[in-house]
Amino acid sequence: MAVDNVDVLVEDVVKPENLVYRRPSTLLDVELHYCPGCGHSTVHKIFMEVVEEMGIQNDIIGVAPVGCAVFAYNYMDVDMQQAAHGRACAVATGIKRMLPDKFVFTYQGDGDLAAIGGNETLHAANRGENFLVIFINNAVYGMTSGQMAPTTIEGMVTTTSPYGRDPKTMGWPLKFGELIAPLPGVAYVTRQAVNTVQNVRRTKKALQRALEYQKMGLGFCLVEIVSNCPSNWKMTPIESNNYVQNVLIPYYPLGDIKVPEVKK
Amino acid sequence: MGEVKLMKGNEALAEAAIRAGVDAYFGYPITPQSEVIEYLSREATKRTGMVVLQAESEVAAINMIYGAAGCGKKAMTTSSSPGISLMQEGLSYIASAELPCLLANINRGGPGLGTIQPAQGDYFQAVKGGGHGDYRLLVLAPYNVQEMADFVKLGFELAFKYRNPVMILADGALGQMMEKVELPPQEQRVHIEYPWATTGKPKNGERRVITSLHIQPEKMEEINLRLQRKYKQMQEEEVRYQTKNLDDAEYIFTAFGLVSRIAMKAMDLGRQRGYKIGWIRPITLFPFPTKIFAEVAQRVKGILDIEMNSGQMVEDVKLAVSGATRVEFYGRMGGVVPTPEEILENFEKMFIKGE
Amino acid sequence: MAKVVGEIIIDIERCKACELCIQACPEQTLALGKSLNHKGYQYVVKVNDNCTGCVNCAIICPDAVITVYRKVLKTKQVETT
Repeated sequence: MAVDNVDVLVEDVVKPENLVYRRPSTLLDVELHYCPGCGHSTVHKIFMEVVEEMGIQNDIIGVAPVGCAVFAYNYMDVDMQQAAHGRACAVATGIKRMLPDKFVFTYQGDGDLAAIGGNETLHAANRGENFLVIFINNAVYGMTSGQMAPTTIEGMVTTTSPYGRDPKTMGWPLKFGELIAPLPGVAYVTRQAVNTVQNVRRTKKALQRALEYQKMGLGFCLVEIVSNCPSNWKMTPIESNNYVQNVLIPYYPLGDIKVPEVKK
Repeated sequence: MGEVKLMKGNEALAEAAIRAGVDAYFGYPITPQSEVIEYLSREATKRTGMVVLQAESEVAAINMIYGAAGCGKKAMTTSSSPGISLMQEGLSYIASAELPCLLANINRGGPGLGTIQPAQGDYFQAVKGGGHGDYRLLVLAPYNVQEMADFVKLGFELAFKYRNPVMILADGALGQMMEKVELPPQEQRVHIEYPWATTGKPKNGERRVITSLHIQPEKMEEINLRLQRKYKQMQEEEVRYQTKNLDDAEYIFTAFGLVSRIAMKAMDLGRQRGYKIGWIRPITLFPFPTKIFAEVAQRVKGILDIEMNSGQMVEDVKLAVSGATRVEFYGRMGGVVPTPEEILENFEKMFIKGE
Repeated sequence: MAKVVGEIIIDIERCKACELCIQACPEQTLALGKSLNHKGYQYVVKVNDNCTGCVNCAIICPDAVITVYRKVLKTKQVETT
């Protein structure tokens, strides 16, 4: 008994009822300026998916950093404030203290969060400020074209560590999540990545969990996302994602670093 | 007659903030103004629910102000010279993003760590814009504890009218000395939904974005032109000053803040010696009271400007006078407060002996 | 066994030819095209009909330019002697 191989017309498949994925409505319908393959865009996309799915587009305020994602507010269709370099956690503190029942998040790069903004991030964490910090760790200063960042790993070449990062004169790579995890005010610290389909799925879940913890008022949540920087690493997008997998992730292992016990 | 109390300047300012329905205070300890955060920590939250947060630094504090002001809230901070220097970047952002807020600089001797005594060496920083780019703060200079209280409500009204930071420029003495003060009535804290404030994207409206970043130069220039229009409007509508004995004045003593009271005493002593001295006290340092100086300069032999710095406001006096009469300066620095006698003595040396 | 058929719509003007979807597609359905979009990128095109609508490409696509449809086909049991 043979089963006919029914050849299916495209029109039959492309129907609203068959839709399984579309761009989130909370991501503004504009071209993202990020370089081809850049993890920033991926994180923007999945975070806006979470905002859409949780139905909180009208109840969330974001703080954009200085860095490649300085234009996040051109893409995220939510109320946002643009903070001075490094000061996003202070700005977010000001917002959250004034609007405690709104969701608040910052979106920061490694330089913004761990170099110039280290003190603001540390103290917001220590105060247990109840907001989400999305921390994109791509080990370089992207926007200013590739300088060494606090998370640049040993031996990694950047425009300000042209012979590779030498800890003796440039310090060691900073694991900010691990640094603040022991603080009582910190509820959730996790490190994710968006270099593979599976990692993107996991990162999306982590972002959703962080917002749920915020809703429960559990305190400071940090979702660190190891990401790529094709242009400044001088790699193709695929090579850069492989670099994330084979070089960065071994130094910055993925997974939950601190999780609040939540009685289910 | 409102409630009258004997209070320190810093505490009168704090009490006035509570009564003005301020929503948030973000600050950091620094002599000579730590009483403000101490007072607010004791009184504010329990009385009005005001958020009082001691930040990890003045850099953080001013950026917390940015966030809170961006939600349309009445946010304020106070600090003293070194701390105010740390806030300059934040103030440039706040001015550029056109956010309303109030801050007070209880000026102390400088530069550097300086001293904790009163001084006025931060005039230029306050009035000419201490951070980067073309922006101004509207600057009010109180000269007694009453104005330390009054200028909080006034400061916020002006800040929201112009969506611009407003600074109260006082000094260590005004902060620490006690005087009688009539306190304003208690206002309720109220939440106002401003169309520009980021309180969550409206269901049927565009998201709000508060930013000072405009990569297109034409757009950035447009922002600058709008700021300059604001400052022009301030110059037309917000100039405040006080005068005494101008009618028959042959000479003018001018000073701001605490020093204006010392200069007033020097004027009285001079009058007793037969010198016809008038007195002008600028209250708004920006916008500067240019007109009164330009007008008076036509009919006096000279103006003596007295400050607790190396001579800063005197430059604005000279600009206003633009050569119409002699303008001289006498000042003390490092936290030393001049006496009326030494002012008069130096007036005589510069103006009278010279004749 | 029901047969699943997928279909994707690519916003070719916004594709930056980063190739991540090509790598992520289990059916090798995607490849860089020959023609260029307005930005000069060789936007991605479908090169076979094996798409199952698994959404991998859309998940990994940084610029969210791929819309995915999936239809479960109930093949008709046709008696053919």
